[in-house]
Amino acid sequence: MNIEEVSKNTKLLIDNTPFSVETVEFVKPGKGRAIYKFRLRNLFSGNVLDITYHSGDKVEETSITMHEMQYLYQEGDNFIFMDSSSFEQIPMTKEQVGEKTGFLKEGTPVVVMMWEGRPIDLQIPKVVELKVLETSASLKGATITAQMKEGKLETGITVGVPAFVKEGDVIKVDTRTGTYIERVGSK
Amino acid sequence: MPPDELKRLSRIKSKLECRSSILEGIRAFFRQRDFIEVETPLRVPAVAPEQFISPFTSEGWFLSTSPELQMKRLLSAGYDRIFQICHCFRKDERGQNHNPEFTMLEWYRARGDYLQVIRDAQEMVLDLAGKTGCGQVLKYQGQEIDLSLPWPQITVREAFLRWAGWDPFKTFDGQRFDDDLVARVIPGFLSERPTVILDYPPECASLARLRPGSPPVAERAEIFIGGLEIANAYSELTEPSEQAQRFKLEAEQLRRAGKPSAWPQKFLEAVEYLPESSGIALGVDRLVMLFCDTRQIDDVMAFPADLL
Repeated sequence: MNIEEVSKNTKLLIDNTPFSVETVEFVKPGKGRAIYKFRLRNLFSGNVLDITYHSGDKVEETSITMHEMQYLYQEGDNFIFMDSSSFEQIPMTKEQVGEKTGFLKEGTPVVVMMWEGRPIDLQIPKVVELKVLETSASLKGATITAQMKEGKLETGITVGVPAFVKEGDVIKVDTRTGTYIERVGSK
Repeated sequence: MPPDELKRLSRIKSKLECRSSILEGIRAFFRQRDFIEVETPLRVPAVAPEQFISPFTSEGWFLSTSPELQMKRLLSAGYDRIFQICHCFRKDERGQNHNPEFTMLEWYRARGDYLQVIRDAQEMVLDLAGKTGCGQVLKYQGQEIDLSLPWPQITVREAFLRWAGWDPFKTFDGQRFDDDLVARVIPGFLSERPTVILDYPPECASLARLRPGSPPVAERAEIFIGGLEIANAYSELTEPSEQAQRFKLEAEQLRRAGKPSAWPQKFLEAVEYLPESSGIALGVDRLVMLFCDTRQIDDVMAFPADLL
């Protein structure tokens, strides 16, 4: 594709590696060549690459497809997802899933980005509902305060929860910040 | 009204008011100096073929990338002081300092050379500064810029030797020239003063006259203020065969790149009658950015291309 057509979020293939365009800075002397300064993200490693192109340059666009899937289970260091339409099962490594592991439980709907048949990134819901397995000792008799206490959730992560949250409660958690939103019930 | 649009248009209202005063100030400046304001068509059968300026096509014609060709036809007909404020269209130009549709101020005068129109520009900016109440000192992005005349000048050769470490008159390399201009030369300019950079290598002459010498230089000058390219001036090339030759080279480059172009025949016929003259094109949006102290061209336009 012509360099002029590249914009934010275009996926490019450089040295056989897929990159996503994060920012485009356009500079041009009035009579001179356009200079395009791209900040690219390597979709395998997540590393950032700054690269400069000029008017007339061509780059190879690559396609990244999005697939609706759901999380099934963990197997060793792999997390197994199932494509909701083809029912195909796809493993992603612990490194690829990263901190999102703390929000995945069986059945969580996700969107997996695939490049040439390989999963490269994962989007999870902004809000997930998770069960509280343990909280610090109940504060019966103590003064009710707005203070937070620790709550360990079914996925193994710990979030700050209000004093009234009990073991067995289900809470909503913001996956972008990893914080408690509200209690939705008890199971 | 969508809340985002209301919020944005309310936020930039003071800047659009400033823009309005600047347009009024520009017109007053030129009328006082006996220039007549002209209007030339925005949709034209041919634009000047330039390798790095792409026009939008319009039913086989083009949207004007600059009013230069038609204004010079007026010069050829004896209109000796003319100015125009108009929109220009340049495809694929979008960034912090670019919108594909933007406002240009161009003026031309018979007789004077490129330094004459550069002096006009300096006086006009100083005049606008007075009218908008900032006196001789412009505050831009935390920097005070002293506009008092005359502005510092540096030749392209000196500037490249000083900041880029090479002489573009010895071995010209177009890509290296553009890269170093942006990355090394412009950042080297004094931040507390405007800069006039002048005398370009013949390869960058565009429609400027060459001054013989060793080496020959193109009588072309540009003004930079606060890191922004504000204006580009020429002593006009008045030699028809030389002009046709330059267009041929550019048109050939465009053809090779598979880009559309058309031959500006009527302009070339008029070049024969073009008096010794000079002209300058000044980006009005960027001038407003300076006076409104913003780094974003979007802040001085009611509707940038992406918000239409």
